[in-house]
Amino acid sequence: MAVAVQGAPSKGSRDREPRPGLVERFKRSYSKHWYAYVMIAPVVLVLGVLVLYPLIEGIWLTLTDATSLNSARQIGVNKVPATYNFIGLHNYADILWGPGSYDRFWSHFVWTIAWTVLCVCLHYSLGLGLALLLNQKLRGRGAYRLLLILPWAVPTFVTVFSWRLMLSDGGAVNTVLGALHLPEPGWLDDPLGQKAAAILVNTWVGVPFMMISLLGGLQSIPAELYEAAEMDGATAWQQFRHVTLPGLRTVSSTVVLLGVIWTFNQFAVIFLLFGNGAPDAQLLVTWAYRLGFGQQPRDYAQSAAYGVILLSILIVFTSFYRRWLARNEQANG
Amino acid sequence: MSTTTERPTITVPGSGIPKARPVKTRRRGEPSPLGKALSHGALILASLIALFPVLWIVFISLGPDKTDYLHPGAILDKMTTSNYSTVLFDTDFFTWFGNAALVSGVTTVVGVLIAATTGYAVSRMRFPGHRPLMWSLLVTQMFPIAVLIVPMYTILSTLGLLDSYLGLILVYSTTTVPYCAWLLKGYFDTIPVEIDEAGRVDGLNPFGTFWRLVLPLARPGLAVAAFYSFLTAWAEVAFASTFMLSSDKYTLAVGLQTFVSEHDAQWNLMAATAVLIAIPSSLLFYLVQRHLVTGLTAGASKS
Repeated sequence: MAVAVQGAPSKGSRDREPRPGLVERFKRSYSKHWYAYVMIAPVVLVLGVLVLYPLIEGIWLTLTDATSLNSARQIGVNKVPATYNFIGLHNYADILWGPGSYDRFWSHFVWTIAWTVLCVCLHYSLGLGLALLLNQKLRGRGAYRLLLILPWAVPTFVTVFSWRLMLSDGGAVNTVLGALHLPEPGWLDDPLGQKAAAILVNTWVGVPFMMISLLGGLQSIPAELYEAAEMDGATAWQQFRHVTLPGLRTVSSTVVLLGVIWTFNQFAVIFLLFGNGAPDAQLLVTWAYRLGFGQQPRDYAQSAAYGVILLSILIVFTSFYRRWLARNEQANG
Repeated sequence: MSTTTERPTITVPGSGIPKARPVKTRRRGEPSPLGKALSHGALILASLIALFPVLWIVFISLGPDKTDYLHPGAILDKMTTSNYSTVLFDTDFFTWFGNAALVSGVTTVVGVLIAATTGYAVSRMRFPGHRPLMWSLLVTQMFPIAVLIVPMYTILSTLGLLDSYLGLILVYSTTTVPYCAWLLKGYFDTIPVEIDEAGRVDGLNPFGTFWRLVLPLARPGLAVAAFYSFLTAWAEVAFASTFMLSSDKYTLAVGLQTFVSEHDAQWNLMAATAVLIAIPSSLLFYLVQRHLVTGLTAGASKS
């Protein structure tokens, strides 16, 4: 077996090629695979029907001019057949460089990227800071931990709703700012204030998950490493830099990736904070939702095209990120 | 294990940076008195920030008028629980509550169960299609709601599952299962394979091993996955408001919005409902919070 692989190294990864030992191996592990397939079948089925198929259907929609006026629909007992046409890649061209594409797509694109970067940085740094504080031997740290993850336990729409009341004119936040003689921005009216409010609320919502994940990572770093570092005379900063951060690398890479994906696609915070208002603070996701559901006639095709563009951005990002991680991993041994 | 990756890096401070000043050594994890005070200060501040919006909405919900949130000081003089009794007895609260509980409960049980089998298969078995499956679990996380919601709507309507509990449960499973499977795979990775082997020796098939030996050991991971699934389903708004058409099928999150129409926004009732919605998820959270740290990161820190 090994000889065959060495003889054709480039084809070695392709399992289809009949090479000595493979059939034997399949036979031996046949029952194992059979069990595996039964175990993954429900997930594959559900994802296939409700994710893969909608995705293909969604991609098809992007190539048409479907709106709520020409799609198949039910009016009373009458079924109206779809009358939309195939228009090729026109939707993409229109979104990316059609008239007004800056106001419709690129301005939201820039804001979405800025939002993702800012939010994930804030999530990560605040989460790491709190995790480090909680990882000390402190009295009452269990209670602190409980209080700090509370934002996670309360449904997002409840807390976002509470923030909306707090950030409104004359709400709690501005009352406090006024009492301190600080400026009182119009959090929910002023375009810049809206963006600040969105980032503030999303940070508040997202930190607990980061904190708990990183706390788990911190607890898994063996104490001997710190002892060894102290023996070598490393300062607290050097310990942090050379023991803590490398020790957190695997946890960090996972949570940062998930954080980017979730933040980029963050729907609830923006939608619940501003509803259909605040055109400047809309992310690509909420903008796409608005095209598809928040206006009349509903523009299904463009909405789906936005979705496909968003998905492509994330897939490209993820593959680069993982490649970068793998290279880093190699570089660091 | 992980030590191999960390070992080279610790030698760096010793060899690379000349030791300039002597460092006072304390036992690791025990901060100095000043450090302790600062840590307590920071943690108290952070806890207040974490807690305040939650307490605030509880406070607002005690004000009887719908504009009380604009002048919260006035609430102190006229605190009442009338909002709660209105919500509980004069609205469809219990219908919505029952719907939400049913949908979230079933999503949690079914979702965690199939996520666990998948996570186990991916963790223990190397089968053809292993990598594509892992990759597609990750990609599913990336699906923006906008690309799925229209086609999902068409599919559910073709299958006759619009406005039905089953439809909503299926939709929620697509969002919770990939992450739970990912999470549980990490947790299963930390359970020694020897346990499975012992099970095989004792004559259990893989299902038996999984069900009798591995699942009980994975309780912390399962608890976290269950919490995540429940919370996702309990608090979801966009799908629920798009797919549930008749008001007796609304979940709580959708029902809540009926208090705010264009003419009349009953913020006080909304606040009271919001508090009532937060109670079950907080209780569940309290039950699982001990497991959160290990459950979330067991696998990620090992691999």
